[in-house]
Amino acid sequence: MSILIYAESAEGKFKKVAFELASYAKKVAESLGTTVTAVTVNAGDVSELSKYGVDKVLKVNNDKLAGFTAKAYADVIKQAVQKENAKLVLLSSTTDSIYLSSLVAVALEAGFASNVVGLPVSTSPFQVRRNAFSNKAFNITEISTDVKVLGLAKNSYGIFETASTLTEEDFNPTIGDNDFGVKVESVEKVSGKVSIADADIVVSAGRGLKGPENWSMIEELASVLGAATACSKPVSDLGWRPHGEHVGQTGKPVATNLYIAIGISGAIQHIAGISSSKVKVVINSDPEAPFFKVADYGIVGDAFDVVPRLIEKFKAFKAQQS
Amino acid sequence: MKILVCISHVPDTTSKINFTNGDSEFDTNGVQYVINPNDEFGLTRAIWFQEQQGATVTVANVGGPETEPTLRKALAIGANEAIRVNANPTDGFFVAKQLAEVIKNGGYDLIIAGKESLDYNGGMVPGMIAGILGYNFVNSCTGITVEGTAVKAVREIDGGKETVSTTLPLVIGGQKGLVEEKDLRIPNMRGIMTARTKVLTIVEPVEAPANTKAVKFEKPAAKSAVKLISPDNLDELINLLHNEAKVI
Repeated sequence: MSILIYAESAEGKFKKVAFELASYAKKVAESLGTTVTAVTVNAGDVSELSKYGVDKVLKVNNDKLAGFTAKAYADVIKQAVQKENAKLVLLSSTTDSIYLSSLVAVALEAGFASNVVGLPVSTSPFQVRRNAFSNKAFNITEISTDVKVLGLAKNSYGIFETASTLTEEDFNPTIGDNDFGVKVESVEKVSGKVSIADADIVVSAGRGLKGPENWSMIEELASVLGAATACSKPVSDLGWRPHGEHVGQTGKPVATNLYIAIGISGAIQHIAGISSSKVKVVINSDPEAPFFKVADYGIVGDAFDVVPRLIEKFKAFKAQQS
Repeated sequence: MKILVCISHVPDTTSKINFTNGDSEFDTNGVQYVINPNDEFGLTRAIWFQEQQGATVTVANVGGPETEPTLRKALAIGANEAIRVNANPTDGFFVAKQLAEVIKNGGYDLIIAGKESLDYNGGMVPGMIAGILGYNFVNSCTGITVEGTAVKAVREIDGGKETVSTTLPLVIGGQKGLVEEKDLRIPNMRGIMTARTKVLTIVEPVEAPANTKAVKFEKPAAKSAVKLISPDNLDELINLLHNEAKVI
């Protein structure tokens, strides 16, 4: 049962999720006694994948694929799977990979489980554990098709190094005009800031901050920690912060290593969106705030008193570390 | 323009999540059901197309008779008619296959489905519909305008957004942004009254392979209590984050 992964890159550099996916694939491959092949698209130097146990890379370099087009990329992955006769296809859970994964599954007539956490529960029958009910439960899903597609939940496995000898091969799949029914006109990215999707740490604030003019300390804390900034729904609804920062059930999901919630009471819809984060810190003046029930560490205190002092403490810590 | 909005019938976020029958089934006891929030944004955008551009809006769901109140709610919000595929939605592909059949038979131009449902969080139905039918597909869609068959759509990407152009027929995976939360429609009395007489067609399912099945559910292990740190001892927080949690 050979394994194929799609190792995602942007501007010629691998995303962190590519290494997490490779680490995961290697572990599964070991238990199945098989190898890991990665397919890459315009990824530049692919040798880095050998650190994470990838045995073979199918390198696709094609100007037509310069911008992300889900259907064309899905077509590339499908052809790579067929070429390698892979039985297990692993994809990550970035916005782009989620976009293309269901197209890949349909094209391969493969059973597809998304939001997978942890190694397979069993390989015969093939069963995986996945997040369901907005992180309030796990669901064990059995896949019975010959080819299987898994979407690995973000930041759920970790990155582990296993050295391998990497074989590189150029791969030229057929890409047709019908792969480009959706054309990218323009891309707007917030530059110079860590995005919520890529961040290891997210600093998030809510209505407890009292007004948009008080966000400078949140931004400073985030910048000291190299973190992304986020906010609760009421804050984005009030227009204090841009909608792109809204995290929670109807906003962006957060699956980060450290989530610091300041002045956020912790409504169930907010918790649903952030509970995949590994460590949660809450700072709130109300000891009854529901957030304390789901947090790992809590400080009952006034954000305007605690946060500025915390910034100084983190600065001193960072200085000591470097 | 004929629009189909796919509606998932899901437990309200505040519902207690429990399982029954040896943890193999979701316990529906005492659970309040709602239109899946991601679908609700899409439905409201569809009603906008109906009011501004003369589109007709059909809502569809795959589920048993117990899901009809959710479809009636969509009718009360303003959809013209509803279709229920009379089957237990066993997995994402099964649902996509049923909806694809409804779409083929109804000749819809624009298919709006939520990018993810709140219950199974599969996030695969819109893409699978597009894959089965060979239609254009935009996921994580936060904005859409249509002129004739030409479409401009906005898609959320990690760290920003992307504007794309495409053509009908099109499937979108919708979310907040298609309309804002404050613009979501709540059924009014007149809507509720007229919804009673609108057409709700029940169709029988087509055959579809069972690619996956949910065999069991588990609840996460109980979390240990929060460690409270005095605001006067912030060094302790840094120490815990560094040495215990190892996240900084």
